[in-house]
Amino acid sequence: MLTIATGNRAVAEAAKAARPGVIAAYPITPQTEIVEQLASYVADGSLDADYIPVESEHSAMAACIGASAAGARTFTATSSHGLLYMQEMLHWAAGARTPVVMANVNRALGPGWNIWAEHTDAFSQRDTGWLQVFVGSVQEAYDATLMAFRIAEDERVLLPVMVNQDGFLLSHITQSLESVEVGDFIPPFSLPHAIDTARPRGYGTLTGPEHYYRFRWDMERSMRASKEVIRETEAEFARRFGRAYGPIEEYRCEDADVIVIALGTLGKEAEVAVDVLRGEGVKAGSMRLRWFRPFPALDLSGRDVVVIDRDYSFGFGGVVAQSVRATTRAEPYSVIAGLGGQEVTYDDIAQFVRQREAGAEFWFGVSD
Amino acid sequence: MFEIRIHSRGGQGGVTAAKLIAQAAFRDGKHATAFPFYGAERRGAPVVSFVRISDAPIKVYSQVREPDMVIVLDASVMDSIDVLAGLKEGGDVLINAPEPPVLGSHPVHAVDLTGIALAQKLVVAGSPILNTPVLGALAKLGLVSMESAIAAIAETFSDPRNVEVAKAAYAEVQA
Repeated sequence: MLTIATGNRAVAEAAKAARPGVIAAYPITPQTEIVEQLASYVADGSLDADYIPVESEHSAMAACIGASAAGARTFTATSSHGLLYMQEMLHWAAGARTPVVMANVNRALGPGWNIWAEHTDAFSQRDTGWLQVFVGSVQEAYDATLMAFRIAEDERVLLPVMVNQDGFLLSHITQSLESVEVGDFIPPFSLPHAIDTARPRGYGTLTGPEHYYRFRWDMERSMRASKEVIRETEAEFARRFGRAYGPIEEYRCEDADVIVIALGTLGKEAEVAVDVLRGEGVKAGSMRLRWFRPFPALDLSGRDVVVIDRDYSFGFGGVVAQSVRATTRAEPYSVIAGLGGQEVTYDDIAQFVRQREAGAEFWFGVSD
Repeated sequence: MFEIRIHSRGGQGGVTAAKLIAQAAFRDGKHATAFPFYGAERRGAPVVSFVRISDAPIKVYSQVREPDMVIVLDASVMDSIDVLAGLKEGGDVLINAPEPPVLGSHPVHAVDLTGIALAQKLVVAGSPILNTPVLGALAKLGLVSMESAIAAIAETFSDPRNVEVAKAAYAEVQA
């Protein structure tokens, strides 16, 4: 069905369509509408799930871990400080191999108090063992949430997935949304190590130095295997529902001399900047990174690269720029822009490309 | 792409107006996005919302800087806000007022949305409803079809007076 919806509403619709057994959540701006909407579906009977309103995000994730370990498909949503408050449990969810799906509405961290879009919240959780995908439209928020369940619950993965969307810029924008008949696209959830009282086993026990590293390696093995599962899932989604996704979204890259790399709405706005630059005779292209964990392989050979980070790692640099440097031979022009919702237009992005200087870092609005 | 900026005060329904316009444009077969600028919202403070309408998918997420049209739901915001800022040359202004004020060389369309709402006693929490009649006025100006405007209103609000005020505004505004 074709309708219009906000990013928050799209995520709630997708989570509902995936038929979760348990939702545990604590509301936090700007994602509140997601869990509010899901609560209303449970209340009106249109979604048959246990909805657990908890007293904090830490408890929300703890409840999700328990529910998932018991074999229930589990969903939650959070944002910024809420995400950080559940950090301990994020590591636990991944380590316990509970394939929880969580929407994170990206926003900046205080102080100063700022509720606007930034990616530092999610990037600060990059080593937890969660898969992370970033979306660039309301439709993609819906599609990525649906796919997240199938990817997380695949036996080759069994790791939690975080679906990230920009606070306000996507969570509160109204765009068209085509929902799908999910059918058997998401198979019934069957956790191989689910708690079963008929077959008692130990969970969360002391794991000594002779075993612990094996579990860590198994997580990494699954993270590597997830690349193929993501590819298969996105291909199957395209076959059934007609919308194609990949680890990156390329725009006019074939003959490009310079590539702009960004995530989320900035990655979409960059496509408009590419059109502006092409109009000036600059052969520009853009790559919007969709998956951040696992980090995709990028083909940037022989081209100038401009990376826009809506985040920062103090004392080191933009997280995406670092990642590009670490995985390619590119020497990107690193632009720090959009922090805490700082307004960045396609004209600004075109200007970043014009003024690029390999290896340099530029703070938009601050640097000379 | 056609870009609109809506000026109102917190609580007057400017954000919902933007959504309704996008919904009607979408029903007309166009691509549309609607979004508010989120600040420290409080009732009565000046707020802005934006709408983009296009034949092609919309990839721009930054704020509208050079609108093709400005809508003013509360003329008193003009005491503190330059509602014409960035408005394209010849860009229309639709204002909630009994008589059109002179605003440079811009075509100004006045419609008494407040009066229309009050005539139908369409008042919620002490505020006359402005976001449904404004859709009728916009339909008259050709931005969306009246059929889609009515459908967007009807699927959002159950009170039939919302459609009535849209029809009244359609009849009153001069295109």
